[in-house]
Amino acid sequence: MTVAALPDRPSVTHRGAAGHRRAQALRGWLYVAPTVVAVAALFVFPLLLVFRMSASKWPLLTGYQGTNLPADYDKAVHNRFFADSVIFTVKYTVLATVLLLTLGLGLALLVQESGRWRGLMRASFLVPSAMGLASASLLFYVLYSPLAGPFASNMQHHGWSFLGTPDGALWSTLFLIVWRYAGFYMLLMLVGLQSIPNDVFEAARMDGASRWDTFRRVTLPLLRPTLALTTVLCVTGSLLAFEQFYILTKGGPDNSTISVVQLIYIVAFQGQNDLGVAAAISVIALIALIIINVAQLRAFRTEGS
Amino acid sequence: MAAPTVIADDRRTTPLAGTVSAARKPVSLLGFALRMPYWVFTGALVAIFLFPLVWTAVSSVSPKAGTSQVNGWGLGNYESLTHYQAGIWRYLFNSAFVAVLTVVLTVGISFLGGYAFARFKFPGRNVVFLLTLAILMVPYATLLIPLYVLLNMVGLSNSLVGVALVVTIFQLPFATFMMRISFEAVPRELDEAALVDGCSSWTLLWRVLLPAVRPGLITVGLFAFLAAWNDFMAPLILISDSNLATLPLAVANLRGQVQGVVDYGATEAGVVVLALPCILLFLLLQRHYVRGFMSGALKA
Repeated sequence: MTVAALPDRPSVTHRGAAGHRRAQALRGWLYVAPTVVAVAALFVFPLLLVFRMSASKWPLLTGYQGTNLPADYDKAVHNRFFADSVIFTVKYTVLATVLLLTLGLGLALLVQESGRWRGLMRASFLVPSAMGLASASLLFYVLYSPLAGPFASNMQHHGWSFLGTPDGALWSTLFLIVWRYAGFYMLLMLVGLQSIPNDVFEAARMDGASRWDTFRRVTLPLLRPTLALTTVLCVTGSLLAFEQFYILTKGGPDNSTISVVQLIYIVAFQGQNDLGVAAAISVIALIALIIINVAQLRAFRTEGS
Repeated sequence: MAAPTVIADDRRTTPLAGTVSAARKPVSLLGFALRMPYWVFTGALVAIFLFPLVWTAVSSVSPKAGTSQVNGWGLGNYESLTHYQAGIWRYLFNSAFVAVLTVVLTVGISFLGGYAFARFKFPGRNVVFLLTLAILMVPYATLLIPLYVLLNMVGLSNSLVGVALVVTIFQLPFATFMMRISFEAVPRELDEAALVDGCSSWTLLWRVLLPAVRPGLITVGLFAFLAAWNDFMAPLILISDSNLATLPLAVANLRGQVQGVVDYGATEAGVVVLALPCILLFLLLQRHYVRGFMSGALKA
């Protein structure tokens, strides 16, 4: 082994250059081999398979039953919950994104400076983010319960419940999501706030800008990259919501809170047992997600220029 | 100032919420009174965020009719959890197995892969790297349906190994990215010195570079552990034998037993058992973990 074997480095001797480059490429391939195997077997192949499945008759128990190209997509779009679940998921996504981003930014502004109390606040906002979404959903399932929750006696007295009406179920889920994720978005906003150079604020203060003006005309524009990242993250996460609805609301009341991913699960494993149609909805979700994310990134870029 | 803050204390602060500097001067009674709304508001916020956790922990050991803890305080709910179906120990073991296997696979693959991406030039390098990151763009559910079929084909249906493989593949984008950055942050002079001394690239990796990228490995391992411990959808779809359920799945199933009567007490106890390792890890590592996260993001 010689120094010339080092990567990215022109070889010292002319004679061995090509050989060393080949040796280096070989070693690189060896080290990356586990990644390639994992990505090929557990990502590329399944991704191709889901397209194949969406074009085939593919019941859960019997497997592949021949190609039936538009049939799965046809059944997917005409599923009796399809339109409702799309509308509900979009509504949920808009509400969750607006809530999480404004609250995340608000909390970040509240705790961005150091200090004992602020440190404690930061930690308590962040603790729920350490929990899994499934555990958090189970926690709120008990908390909202009309039998065992802390508001149970009040609920029995006045005859109300958290999850009893469609709107109640939606806002109760949103509260759970805000509780679980606000700290995480606060953290991302803090990172963004701290990357803004201090002198910009100094300059604004020298010019006599009010605090609101500084926020609107200095902080928000300079926070654009962070806002773009958090929006994309939040929209993607909310569009793919599953656990909170599967565990907390179970899609109810009256099937009013079925998300798209939940519909995929229902079609594939609960009742219909049709993996072909489930694959078709999955493909539709994938394509929609890519279009939405590209559109978001475009919007943030053009607005910036 | 030396409070257990989440963010490094030495960082300068922005003067936006500029009222703080006043608070640090000797407290006058008037100043304190003027800041009462602030204390009430922030105190209420903290209470809202902590209440669900505290309430669950307390009520899991407090007496309540209809649970396994009817008279006086005690661990009755936890005890009934140990007798639930296969017993909590079985589910804890399943969860631990999936978590350990996921951590080993994720750390192993991303350690070698990160080294390759950071230090070697080979044809296809960018394609493989971008393909790995592209996993982030694909919905979990979109891949779980074909993965269910695929794992059935290779005889890994209803298997914890299958669950670990699925969780691992979704950890790879972050892990590979993190390890590539970690290796790139190590000065090349270190490699050169070791290679001049006659090390092979393999010994170089284990003896010299491994200690240098250890913080990155710990972060990757921690994230993989949390993801595997908390994952719900993969076991829900892939596991059909209730003896093989992981803890989140088992606790969620707990609600459906005995003719729709939900054992809320045992569910609370289950949530506490699920949350405890995550919150302990968070409290132990919050300084290291958040600071690393922030400095990494600041560089970008």
